[in-house]
Amino acid sequence: MPEYALQAVGLTRSYGAVRAVDGVSFALPKGGSLGIVGESGSGKTTTARIVVGLEQADAGEVLVGGARRASAVRGRARRLARAREVQMVFQDPLQSLDPRTSVESVLRETLGLHFPGRDHTPRVRELLDQVGLGPRAADARPGGLSGGQRQRVAIARALAVEPAVLVLDEAVAALDVSVQAQILNLLADIREQTAVGYLFITHDLGAVRCVTDDVIVMRQGRVVEAGSTSEVLGSPRHPYTRLLMDSVPRPGWDPARIAEARRTL
Amino acid sequence: MSTTPPTDSEKYALQVQGLRITLPGTARNVLDGVDLTVAAGETVALVGESGSGKTLTSRSALGLLPPGALTEGRVDVVGEDVLDISAERLRALRTGTVAMIFQDPRAAINPLRRIGDFLVEGVTLTGSVNQADATARAGELLQDVGVDPSVLRKYPSQVSGGMLQRVMIAAALMGDPSLLLADEPTTALDVTTQAEVVALLIRLQQCFATGLLFVTHDLDLAATISDRVYVMYAGRIAESGPADELFARPRHPYTAALLASTPRPDAPAGRLAAIDGRPPDLRTTLTGCAFAARCPLATEVCEQRQPDLRPAPDRPGHRAACHHTEQLTRSSADA
Repeated sequence: MPEYALQAVGLTRSYGAVRAVDGVSFALPKGGSLGIVGESGSGKTTTARIVVGLEQADAGEVLVGGARRASAVRGRARRLARAREVQMVFQDPLQSLDPRTSVESVLRETLGLHFPGRDHTPRVRELLDQVGLGPRAADARPGGLSGGQRQRVAIARALAVEPAVLVLDEAVAALDVSVQAQILNLLADIREQTAVGYLFITHDLGAVRCVTDDVIVMRQGRVVEAGSTSEVLGSPRHPYTRLLMDSVPRPGWDPARIAEARRTL
Repeated sequence: MSTTPPTDSEKYALQVQGLRITLPGTARNVLDGVDLTVAAGETVALVGESGSGKTLTSRSALGLLPPGALTEGRVDVVGEDVLDISAERLRALRTGTVAMIFQDPRAAINPLRRIGDFLVEGVTLTGSVNQADATARAGELLQDVGVDPSVLRKYPSQVSGGMLQRVMIAAALMGDPSLLLADEPTTALDVTTQAEVVALLIRLQQCFATGLLFVTHDLDLAATISDRVYVMYAGRIAESGPADELFARPRHPYTAALLASTPRPDAPAGRLAAIDGRPPDLRTTLTGCAFAARCPLATEVCEQRQPDLRPAPDRPGHRAACHHTEQLTRSSADA
C-alpha cells in the first residue's frame, strides 16, 4: 500500500445554496504531484483553501501522512507543526510577500520561527540557490524584483519550513511565457531534489502536463475525471475534459464549434 | 458608394510608420521604430511579453500615450495621423472610428452605472445619435453578441465575466468602428469562455469588415485566429509574417524560443525549452540586437549592430530582424 503525503476524503463546502465543493476525494503519494484542473467556479481553489486550512469543510477530512489534519489548533508549537505540513504559493507574489521586507529577511524570519537557535546563513544560501536567485536578489525587496523572481522567492519561502505538501494555486498563471517555462522547470527540479509533494491548482492544461503525475478534473464542485496526467490529457473520457482539451488554441482550432459544444454540454 | 480604388492610406485601417516613443527616466526608446499595418477587414495579431511595447503600440492608435511621452513617426488611422490632429478630431475618432476592448471588463466598465448607460453614452455624448436610436442599436448589438437585451437594465456586478466581456465587445461596435483594438481580451477568461469570445470576435469582425488588431502574449492563439502576426521584443518588431508560416517556420530565434517554451497539453511530458534570462531593462541602452543576451545563435555582430527587419528570400511577406536567420531556417529544416 502506497504511503500518502496528502489525502482528501469527501470534502464538501457550501455557500448558501451553492455547493462549491461536493464530495471531493483524492490522494497524493509522498513526493508525488497531483493537478486539480477546472474553470472558475469549479471549486478547485476552495478545495485548495480547505487543504491549507484557509477554509473549513462542512464535511469530509484532510489527512497528512495518514494523520487527520486538525482544522484549528491551540498553542504555538502545534500551530507551527501544522504549518509545516502544508505550505501555499499564491498566484500573485506581490500581494503575498511583504513589500517592506528584503528577500533574505523573509527567509530568515520564516526559518527563525520554525527552527529557532540555529545559524540560518547556510540554509538561506541553499534555498536561494535552489530557486535560482543570486546574492543581488537576496538584498532586494519584492518591488525591485521581476514577476518571475518574486515567484521564486515565494517558492523558497514555502520550502524553507520543509513542508510535506506544497499547494500551488495558479502559481504560474500571471507570468510571461518565457518566465513561466523557467518556473515550471524549476518546480520539476525541486521535486527531484526534495521529498515535497505538489498539489497544483490550475486552469492551464499545458502547465499541468509539465509538473504533475496525476490529475483530477473538477466541474461545478465535483470531480468528473481522475487518472494519470498522460492518460487524462491523452485520451480524455469525460465530455467536459474533452471540451477543455479542445478549447486550447492550436492549428486547426475552431472556436465556433467549441462554443457550440459548450452550450450543449 | 465610390467606385474609385482606395488610396494607399485609406486601404489601411491602421498604418504605423517608424513609431518611436521616448519616456522620461528611461535610457532608450520604449518603442524603437515600429512599422505595422492592419488592412480593412484584416485580423492582425501583435504578440509579445510584458514590457515588449505591444500595449503601447495598440494604444497609440487611440492617441493614448503615457504622460511625458515624446513621439516620432506616424500613426495613421484610416488615413489620419492621430499623433498630429486636433483634440476635437481625436475625440470623434475615439467615439467612432477606433474602438478598444480591454483585458478586464470589470475594470473598464463603470460599476455604478447600468450596462445600458455604458453602451449608449459614447455615441449620444457626441450628439450623432439620439438616446432612443442608441438604445435600440445597443439592444440589437447585445443580441449579436449572444446576450439577452434585458441585461441593459442590469449593473456590471450582476453578470459574469464572460458576459461582461461580450457587453464590452457590443460597446466597441456601437460607433461602427473601422478599427477594433483588442488588448488581451481573453486573458482573464477561462479556456472555454475564451473560445466563445474569440468565435464571436471573428464572426463580428467578418460581418462588419472591421480591421482587428489582437494584442496577446499567447502565440498559439495568435497563430490560429489571425491573418498576419507581428512579434515584438523590447520595443521592436522581431518578426512579422503570415500566421501559419510564422508558426511553422519561425525566422527569428525569439519566436522559435517562444514556441518551444509554450506548455501544451498534447506535447510529450518532460522539461520545457525555457529561455534563460529576461528581457532587457528600460534603464539599459541597447547597441545591437535586443535578444542577443538570451539568444543561442548570438555572435559578436549581434552585440554590435542592430539587425534590420528583412524579408525571407522566397517569401517577401515574412520578415525577421536577425543576423543569423538563415541558420535558423536551415536547422529547423533539418529537424
